[in-house]
Formats: sequence, structure tokens, C-alpha cells
Amino acid sequence: MSLIQETDFGTPRSKSAGLVTLTIDGRSVTVPEGTSIMRAAMEAGTQIPKLCATDMVDAFGSCRLCLIEIEGRAGTPASCTSPAMNGLVVHTQTERLKKLRKGVMELYISDHPLDCLTCAANGDCELQDMAGAVGLRDVRYGYEGDNHVFARTNGDINAAWMPKDESNPYFTYDPSKCIVCSRCVRACEQVQGTFALTISGRGFDSRVSPGMSESFLGSECVSCGACVQACPTATLTEKSVIEIGQPEHSMVTTCAYCGVGCAFKAEMRGEEVVRMVPYKDGKANRGHSCVKGRFAWGYTTHKERILKPMMRDDISEPWREVSWDQAFNFAAAKFRGIQQKYGRDAVGGITSSRCTNEETYLVQKLIRAGFGNNNVDTCARVCHSPTGYGLSTTFGTSAGTQDFDSVEHSDVVMVIGANPASAHPVFASRLKKRLRQGARLIVLDPRRTEMVEAPHLKAQHLPLLPGTNVAVLTAMAHVIVTEGLVDEAFVRERCDWSEFEDWAAFVALPNNSPEATAISTGVDPTELRVAARLFATGGNGAIYYGLGVTEHSQGSTTVIAIANLAMATGNIGRPGVGVNPLRGQNNVQGSCDMGSFPHELPGYRHISGDAVRDQFEAVWNVKLNPEPGLRIPNMFDAAIEGSFMGLYVQGEDILQSDPNTKHVVAALSAMECVIVHDLFLNETANYAHVFLPGSTFLEKDGTFTNAERRIQRVRKVMTPRNGMADWEVTIGLARAMGFEMHYDHPSQIMDEIAALTPTFAGVSYAKLDELGSVQWPCNEKAPEGTPVMHIGGFVRGKGKFVVTEYIPTDERTGPRYPLLLTTGRILSQYNVGAQTRRTDNVVWHDEDRLEIHPHDAEQRGVRDGDWVRLASRAGETTLRAQITDRVAPGVVYTTFHHPDTQANVITTEYSDWATNCPEYKVTAVQISPSNGPSDWQKTYEEQARHSRRIAAASEAAE
Amino acid sequence: MSPDRLIYMANQIGKFFQSQGHDKAVPGIAEHIRKFWDPRMRKAIFTHLDAGGAGLDPNVRDAIATLRNT
Repeated sequence: MSLIQETDFGTPRSKSAGLVTLTIDGRSVTVPEGTSIMRAAMEAGTQIPKLCATDMVDAFGSCRLCLIEIEGRAGTPASCTSPAMNGLVVHTQTERLKKLRKGVMELYISDHPLDCLTCAANGDCELQDMAGAVGLRDVRYGYEGDNHVFARTNGDINAAWMPKDESNPYFTYDPSKCIVCSRCVRACEQVQGTFALTISGRGFDSRVSPGMSESFLGSECVSCGACVQACPTATLTEKSVIEIGQPEHSMVTTCAYCGVGCAFKAEMRGEEVVRMVPYKDGKANRGHSCVKGRFAWGYTTHKERILKPMMRDDISEPWREVSWDQAFNFAAAKFRGIQQKYGRDAVGGITSSRCTNEETYLVQKLIRAGFGNNNVDTCARVCHSPTGYGLSTTFGTSAGTQDFDSVEHSDVVMVIGANPASAHPVFASRLKKRLRQGARLIVLDPRRTEMVEAPHLKAQHLPLLPGTNVAVLTAMAHVIVTEGLVDEAFVRERCDWSEFEDWAAFVALPNNSPEATAISTGVDPTELRVAARLFATGGNGAIYYGLGVTEHSQGSTTVIAIANLAMATGNIGRPGVGVNPLRGQNNVQGSCDMGSFPHELPGYRHISGDAVRDQFEAVWNVKLNPEPGLRIPNMFDAAIEGSFMGLYVQGEDILQSDPNTKHVVAALSAMECVIVHDLFLNETANYAHVFLPGSTFLEKDGTFTNAERRIQRVRKVMTPRNGMADWEVTIGLARAMGFEMHYDHPSQIMDEIAALTPTFAGVSYAKLDELGSVQWPCNEKAPEGTPVMHIGGFVRGKGKFVVTEYIPTDERTGPRYPLLLTTGRILSQYNVGAQTRRTDNVVWHDEDRLEIHPHDAEQRGVRDGDWVRLASRAGETTLRAQITDRVAPGVVYTTFHHPDTQANVITTEYSDWATNCPEYKVTAVQISPSNGPSDWQKTYEEQARHSRRIAAASEAAE
Repeated sequence: MSPDRLIYMANQIGKFFQSQGHDKAVPGIAEHIRKFWDPRMRKAIFTHLDAGGAGLDPNVRDAIATLRNT
């Protein structure tokens, strides 16, 4: 093992198809047109000295170190800004260049501290490297004059010196080490798209300035880390590197946060992570990251992690630490007992969308083959199950159609019910980059999100009322059909024409017009018409959507409406277009692919199919139950009714994340055995009888599948602190139940998946190691995977148009509950917060706030920061108000990252008609001033405290 | 399982298919329930149908009756 060194070519790759040939230092080099001479030289193996150039940002030409000479041309141009051209003869090392470079370096070093031995960048400093490269042996100028290096000069205070900014929890800014190369400023602009940094002053006074000379934490900085990565010196340095030192080896792995699936190098010293650095060859992130993946991995070693198995007979008792075998045998005996008493179908399990494909596959295998029923579900139930239903109905596959690179070819992007800037930040950066090149953006969202307005970004915003997605999308279809904007050639060739005609006749009805629906949707009809015309005629149109689409009573209908729009406008089957669900968790796509839904086996094949079942029965050596099992909400209902009494939950906190907390509490309390397999004593564990400690993504091998169907390796970089990887835990539990599953390594599990799942037939660890990643379908027809789906035709044959009638949710506002609550996420926190709350990310968000419009706040006597009581038909809670016009009057908004907020006490049991995906996004509520936590919050807190007790070792031995 | 919740869920499915007309809606609803409802849920809704099927919309009632007879 060694440190993975990625070549820095100095300037970005040119995508031009034309080639040019030139001579550099006597060697002939052929590169794409538009390539810089610096990059051409590097591709030929010659590294021209450089400081301000790096291939993550465009060339800038400021450091004057990369000078070259070109035969027949005067002067010494910078190689980073000089394009390679046919026939050029370039010299990178001449007497003249050597002198010039030495002079430049001498000036740089004359205003730079010489504390190299104790500097955090020692061993990873480009300034040091360049001083070495140009042969700098002497600095003639001394430090006596003006400088940025010393706090005091000749006994006087040095006004040009600035102290270190340590405000950001993860990195420091030391201005005394800055060479003003602007790499950080350009990374913030070009890669991240936040524009938080600038250079203030000019000449010798030039300084890197976050915002208006603010601290990093106080500025607009979103802590993505791009600037730190770009910095050639110790000016911007990870605090972990300052503390630990330089890493000595690294492994490429996949982030365990959102569904973008960024590839990272885990840079290590022994078994200690020094830092996580985004990997340039990662095809999802292309070398970029966000604050979560880059920095928020401290939870993996957090003191609250549970490392020993625990059990108890009753949740009123404290936990007892036991051996793995004791825990397995206890759990197995309980589950077998329940099955004997209540029947085979009285137990089930939930696979985790945070665990690997291999682990998810094993849990569903244990349930189907070991438990003998199909009561398996996953948290995709509560997020993207409508995507599966909607896209498989219309297109024939339960997945997004594109890769993330596709956005580079989009001309009009429609973002519906998603806030990528917060929830999928690296995709948002890639989208913003395309928007700065001229693509247009339409945002459908009740709230004015960070995607609506940002530096160099202004979207057309359709602020619809929560719950009216179907009406708005059908109205867009109305405009497209009635104004003759349908791509008829596409529809005739690729889709079922008669179904299209039925659909077109339906959407054309006058009651579906923007004008007729405006009263319920709240969307200005003129704006809606403009947006529809733009999407239909503006070139490549791509739709990206999130949980604002799926988490509704009509979630599946909305997904279908989106698919209809894409087909009607011919926006399917090539780069730049498509329907793209942005997945919440790292492996939501994978957990769905792996057969986590109760009605289907891996590869989305219904359990009632004899041929498919035969295949699995032959390999698993058991008889499978042909009937679909219970979905998560059905499990809760069945528990309360008394027919579902045992649940194995891997890596999901259903108590915090599922709607109507009181109902979930009642269901969990009714069960006789709840097994929680997790990193921490989460909220669900308060009602559990067995706790199996889990392992983090750093502690195991496996694969995750991201939102673009990309299967990527997760690589073990440290020994599991709990002693076992999660796949081994599931095998142990299965064995105790009398069901043997033998695997020595997760690669063997993937081999079994590949053998049983046609879309995965070509997937193996060897191939993933060779190609880095593949997108399914990966099989004989597409041995290297499928970046864009439905090229030339739909997977199901003809694309299917389905009529999408708008049926308002039964969750209505009225005199008692006049406001609509909708929920979402914030950049620094992730999902239920179990991971991010245990990192320094809490400096950005340490509590959930209720966003309320000034008008609604004033009517209720609520001021900014006040405690408010938030009540719905389901329950009530309290939290503090944040007054903002991001939300429209009549709409309030909150996040659900903190368990004490109890946002899901408020949400109701209404759910999507097709999949039972809960309606998190629409709840009628009332708000009133409050003095503090509600009685429910107090009781809950007390129960949680009581339930989390762990008996002292001596007590446990008794 | 509580018939009220199942009736609500079945009617919700029915409403999606309503715009496709009775002839397409009935098999559509029946297939959806067959594919996605666990046997105890189907059994409970059949029991409810036998007891008069109060609260079920007409297409849904027909669909459940068809399903029962297959």
C-alpha cells in the first residue's frame, strides 16, 4: 500500500475532437485542440514548474513560473495559458527560463516563512517542491522590509500580518503562508460555484478574503473543501493534518452520505484516517466533495458508538453487554418462538440503504430464505418507492436514466421538489457549472431554495403549494400539447401512440390548463406557460427531482407525470436529457436493486414469478414463499393488530425517520422482539431487545450504488471497532436461526448477485477494480455498463403514457390547522443526523428551526428565535421559529435532523396510493407561541434516557 | 388488519385508475392489490367485502370481488 498520487496536469482536459501535434523538448506530442502547452508537456511526461495552475480550475497565468520558449516567437509565455498548436516547437528548460524562474521563486520565498520543518504541509508543499525544482539556493532580499510573515517587524506591529483564522472546525487559514495564487478563489467559483472567496486589495496588499474580509465560518463558505484541496501551501490546511501529520497510504472508497456517491481517497496513517480527499477519477464527483463527505467522518470513532452486543428481556431494563453468540442465540430463540406462536409471517426485517449492496442482499436473503416469508422492506419505502413504481410503469426500469456527466449537455434543467444545493451538493455544483455556461433552470418548489437564487444563478421559480405537483405538471403538459410543442416524431417512434392520444386528450381538457389549476396550485399561469414552453423548446431538457415529488399521497402519480413530460418532449435516450431521481441515502438505489422490497427479488422481479423463484430456490436451496410481504407501514399496522411481533432493523432509525411517531412507538412497543443493528443507540433502539453493533463504511468491503446506477467499491481501511463487518453479523444471526450462509469475502456475495440478476451479470470486484465503477445494466450486451438508458427504445418496449389525474390529498388546511408544513434538509446535516450530529457539523446547524413567513409570524405574535408550539392532527411539538420569506405565506418548513425536535410527531399517516410512501411533505398545522418543550417531548426524553442505560459489568454478570 | 385503513388504501388506488374508465380500472386495481398487498391484508379486505363492503368505491368493490374469485 502506498499513497495514491494523482497526476496534476495543470489545466483541465480539453474535450475537443480535433488533434494537434507539436514538439516539446524534442519530442513529438499529439493532444486534443485547446489543450495547454503545460498539459501537453505533462501528458508527454515533462512537468513544467508551476504554482498557480492546477487542473481543477482554468488557467490563470499569474505565477510566472511555468514560462516556456517557443521557436519563432518572442518572449517567454506562460505554458498554462498558451494553447498547443500544430507545428509548435517548445522548449521548457533554457538558460533564460532557468534564470527567470529562479528570480520568481526567490521573490516568493522572500515573503514566506521558513518554518518548513514544523509546517503542516511539510511533505506536501508545492512551494517547497518548486523551490527544489528550480534549484533555488539563495534568497538575497531578506525579511527586513514589508512582509506578511511576522507579527512584528523591527519591534513594531506589522499591519500587513494577519493571524490564523481557525473559525472553521475542519481547516485553518494561515494568511502568512499565502502566495496569492488564487487557486482557492477559483476553486470556490469554478468547482463549487459558491463565490465565497475573493482577492481583496491589489499588488502587495492582495489577500484571500472570505466574503468581505470575514472569518471563514462567518462568510458564505459552505466548507466543501475545494479551496483546501487547491491550496499549494499550508495556507489552507485540514486540522486533522495539522494534528496528525501527513498520510502514508491511501485507498479509494465511496462516501457513505448522499446518493451522489462521491469517490474519495481515504488517506491514512496506519489505521487512523488523516483526511478524506475527493478522487479525481470518481465519475460521480469528478474530484469534488461537500462538507459531509470531505470532513464529517468523525462519527466513525465517536465515543457514543456501541461496540459490544447487548440484550435485555424488556425495554424497561437496562442493556446487558453480552458476547456475539449470546446475542445471536437470544435473538434467534425469540424469533423462532414468535414464529411458533404467531406463525411464520409474524417476523420480518428492514434492510439499510446505508449499508452495502452485499449486506442488503444478505438481509433480504435471510428474511426470504431463513425466516421463510417476504416481510422485507427498506427505507426507500419512505423516500423513493414511488420512483420505482412510476418509472418502471412508464419506461420499464426503476431507476434514473442518465449519468451525472449528462448535465454537461443539458440546455434546460427542471428541478422539482429537490434542493441539491443542500441535499446533493456535489451534483448542485456540477449543475451550477453548466448554468454558468448558459443553460436555463426551472425550479418547482414551495420554498425559495438555494437553487432559486445564488451568485450567477437565477432560476425561473414556480412556487407551488405543497401537494399540488400533479396539477402543475399536468398543466405543463396541457401547454405542451395544446400549443403543439410535442415531439411527435419521438412519440410515434418510441411510445405507444394510442396511449399517448388518450393522455394528450386528457391533459388538453380545459380544467387542466394553467389558468384553471392556478387556484389550487398557487402558480402564476403566465409563468407556468413560459416554463413549459422553455422546457419543450429550449434544447436538451433534463428533469431532476427529489423527495418533494415522491413523499406525497400522489407521489407515484407525480413520477409518472414527470415521465410523461420527458417522453412528450422527446427528452429521453441521449446525453443531456432524462429523468433523474436524486436519491437521499448513499445506497437507496442499491438497496432497491438488491430485492429489498417485499414484492420483488433482486433485479426488480416479482416474487410471484415461478421462473425467477426457481432460480433463487436452486441457489439458496430453500422453498420460497410466492406471496408479497408487508411494507414498513403495513408492518406497523400488523404489529398493533398483533400479527407481526419481531423485527430485525439494519441501519435505519425508523422511530425518528418514519411518520407519526406515536403510531411507530405503539407498533414497536407491541412487538416481542426488536433487533437493532446500528452504530449508535438510535431512537428505535429505545424500544429494542437486542442491539447488534454495526460497522462503518471505513471498516468493511462492499459496494454502493448511487443515484446514477453506478456501482462503486467501498474499501476497508481499518479493522471494525465492533469486531465484525455488518455482512458477518447478518451471517451470524442467520446461523443461529439455523440458516447457513457461507461467504469468506463480500466479493463472493457480489458473484452470487451477478449470477442471479441479469442486470448485474457482468459485475465483479475484478471488473470494478479495473474500471473504477460501472453503471447497471452491466451484462453481455453492455460489458462496461450503461451510462444512459433507453437509447433507441425503452426497456419495456414502447414508452407508456399514463393519465395523471390530480386528486388533492385528504390532508387539508382548515380553521384549526390553517398552515401547511413541509419538510426538508440542510447542507451540514444528513437525514436523522445520527452521523452528522456526532461531528463538528453542528456548528452550522445545532437545532431544527421552523421557517415561517413574517406575515404568518406577526399574526401569531411570533418573533425570530421564539419557541413555538407546532400542532397537527397527529401530535404536537415545540421548536424555535426562524422568520423568513423563503417560504410563502401559509407555508411553514422545518428539517428533521434532531431527535428532540420530533418533527415526525406532527406528520400524518397519509401515504402514496401505490407504494405507501408517507406524505411527509404536506401536513396541516397550527402554530402558537410556547414556553418550551411539550409534555410529549419531556416524556419521550425521559423514556429515551431510561431506555439507554447500560448495566455496569458487575451487574450484568449477576 | 383494521378495515378502515385498508378501505382507505383501496379507494386511494381506485382513484388513480378512475380516469381510465371502469373496464380498465377494475383489472388495474385488482392487479395492484394482488402485486403489493400481503396475504393478511387481502384476506382482511375480502372479509370486509363479505360483510357488505361498506365504504368501498364501486370500481374497487368490483376489483376486490374479481380478485377474490381468482
